[in-house]
Amino acid sequence: MKFVDEYRDPAAARYLLEQIHKLCDAPQRIMEICGGHTHSIVRSGMEQVLPEAIKFVHGPGCPVCVTPIAKIDQAIALARRPRTIIATYGDMVRVPGSSSSLLQEKAKGAHVKIVYSSLDAVRLAVENPDSEVVFFAVGFETTIPANGFSVIRAKQLGLTNFSMLSNHVLVPPVIRAVLDDPGVRIDAFLGPGHVSTIVGSQDYEFIPREYHRPVVISGFEPNDILESLFMILKQRREGRCEVEVQYSRAVTKYGNPRAQDVVKEVFSPVEQEWRGIGAIAESGLSLRKELRAFDAYYKFHDWMPLPRPEEPCECICGEITRGVKEPRECASFGTGCTPERPLGACMVSSEGTCAAYYRYQHVTIQTGGARD
Amino acid sequence: MNRQRLARSRPLAIEDLPDVVQIAQGSGGKLTHQLIETLFVPLFDNPYLKALGDQAILDPSTERMALSTDAFVVKPYIFPGGNIGDLAVNGTVNDLLMGGATPAYLTASFILEEGLPTKELVFIVESMAIAAKKAGVQIVAGDTKVVERGAADGLYITTTGVGFVPKGLQWSPAQIRAGDAVIVSGTVGDHGASVLAHRFGIDFESQIQSDTACLRDVVMAVRDLPGIRCMRDPTRGGLATTVQELSQASGLNLRIRETSMAIQEDVRGICEVLGLDALYLASEGKLVAVVAPEEADECLRIMRTVQESKDAAVIGEVTDDIPGFASLETYIGAVRVLDLLSLEQLPRIC
Repeated sequence: MKFVDEYRDPAAARYLLEQIHKLCDAPQRIMEICGGHTHSIVRSGMEQVLPEAIKFVHGPGCPVCVTPIAKIDQAIALARRPRTIIATYGDMVRVPGSSSSLLQEKAKGAHVKIVYSSLDAVRLAVENPDSEVVFFAVGFETTIPANGFSVIRAKQLGLTNFSMLSNHVLVPPVIRAVLDDPGVRIDAFLGPGHVSTIVGSQDYEFIPREYHRPVVISGFEPNDILESLFMILKQRREGRCEVEVQYSRAVTKYGNPRAQDVVKEVFSPVEQEWRGIGAIAESGLSLRKELRAFDAYYKFHDWMPLPRPEEPCECICGEITRGVKEPRECASFGTGCTPERPLGACMVSSEGTCAAYYRYQHVTIQTGGARD
Repeated sequence: MNRQRLARSRPLAIEDLPDVVQIAQGSGGKLTHQLIETLFVPLFDNPYLKALGDQAILDPSTERMALSTDAFVVKPYIFPGGNIGDLAVNGTVNDLLMGGATPAYLTASFILEEGLPTKELVFIVESMAIAAKKAGVQIVAGDTKVVERGAADGLYITTTGVGFVPKGLQWSPAQIRAGDAVIVSGTVGDHGASVLAHRFGIDFESQIQSDTACLRDVVMAVRDLPGIRCMRDPTRGGLATTVQELSQASGLNLRIRETSMAIQEDVRGICEVLGLDALYLASEGKLVAVVAPEEADECLRIMRTVQESKDAAVIGEVTDDIPGFASLETYIGAVRVLDLLSLEQLPRIC
């Protein structure tokens, strides 16, 4: 595994920073859509070494953060059902619902298992024929094909004790929603690297075409991000506005057609609720009608009519997810809301903006070490 | 007079033990005695244990005594590069060494799960005997309990160690001064990455080996240097946690550089794949030393002559910039605070 080192060269970082400082002559608000980018930017302390004029706006690209509370409440309701195993990805167990979290339910005796691969959830169903295994699956385009494949596998195996509680979300519609929001001001986008390996770069062409903002699809190392910033500034300088790929070691124009086929076979687009943003047409995927036997929402409909979800009133995760506010503008940040006791989802996942700020900058600000 | 012994036609050997650990072996009865006499006493082999008393009575010393205890619950209990046995010996021995003590005695307390294959138990106890010999300590007392199947993950081991600190030696974070050098004895995060890779079934071109090792030779080689302020082994919580603890305890700022730290390629690889930070992954055979600036080069020179610290390097300095906090200079030139981990990055690694 040598591939990471060549993207961590301090000399290359210095060179890119020089070029960025030379090219940057006007304020730039750049939204990084993906939570992985947020993490890398904050972890490397990038804002300290960039020109003051460049401002990152952290986007809605953390799957845990955009999962609505209602969906968490549904998972908790199913966790309370007898002989039911909830299988989900690590961060999801800590996300607070209206009155509990899956982790709290687990402590009280619910069967909640953390899985690292969607097929682990299928294996759980095979190994526990007397229990219902509900795979609480969340994710963007990157994880949707693998999650979808679990349903194909369960169907092949003839499993009747496997179902999916699905919260799958799509990047292009939410970018459109963010651009249509008058409260959000963005000059350019860092495009999501991993998502683009699946969908290809073509999915973002509407951004320069309809909204006249450049997009550079970026890798995740700090040097990748610096190079992408350089490419954005260069587009500005040269009067271009297009989709470019910095992350060319992984992203092609048309993506991964096999993965796209799995998605089409298993899911169909639906209106989707985004935590903090609201409902966006055709921005989510749910299981196709003919696969409803595997859809936990329909399979356990009797358990689903739940009271209206309650958002903690002091939490501003919604505005943070839309890039309107920053974690430090939240009265609860670092006091009422910490990674140990999160109020909102942005503090849970390592891709969440608040968690990244808490982990890498919180103390810096207290001690006066950082620029802002 | 021991009537049982009289009744035996030949002394029992390891081969006579049941194939798997049984509840009765923790009952204090016949099977417990059999386990102690065939396994622990011959392998740990010292007069204190052979006496089979309720306690070991140790010789007095004129030096100050250091005492340390640690429980080991690592999962899996056998991992690439080591197992819970050598980890349990090295872990406690290293904790004594970090205070400048010469380790002398250990006790070992075992919690075994019913059904644990005897072969594995023997392998682990043999590893402990080898590690103890290498560390120059005697395992002088112990205890064995057996719990029902499912009540433990194979076995847990708690070791307590006694060592002696030479007169005049006073290593402590309170001795740290601004301008001191921060030295680490080799690559960081190997143990944590090894356990992690094994647990997740991830293999790269080569298996990541745990670095579990006794630091006796390293510490003994440099112990006489008067410029050594203190030492710590970056186990749970990794290097980041250790430098943060030292910053907090000294009220100064340990600033380390991302570009100076040696992290094995495979360790970096697994951190990329799983989104972890190698700075927070445990090492089990490395130490961090804070050394007066004028003696840093000499300390480094000596360390590099010892096998366990041949890759020692200066990774940072002590400043009084942000008192009580550790910081990291990232390779793009920014400086950020290194905080303690809020949540467990990886459960049960030691």
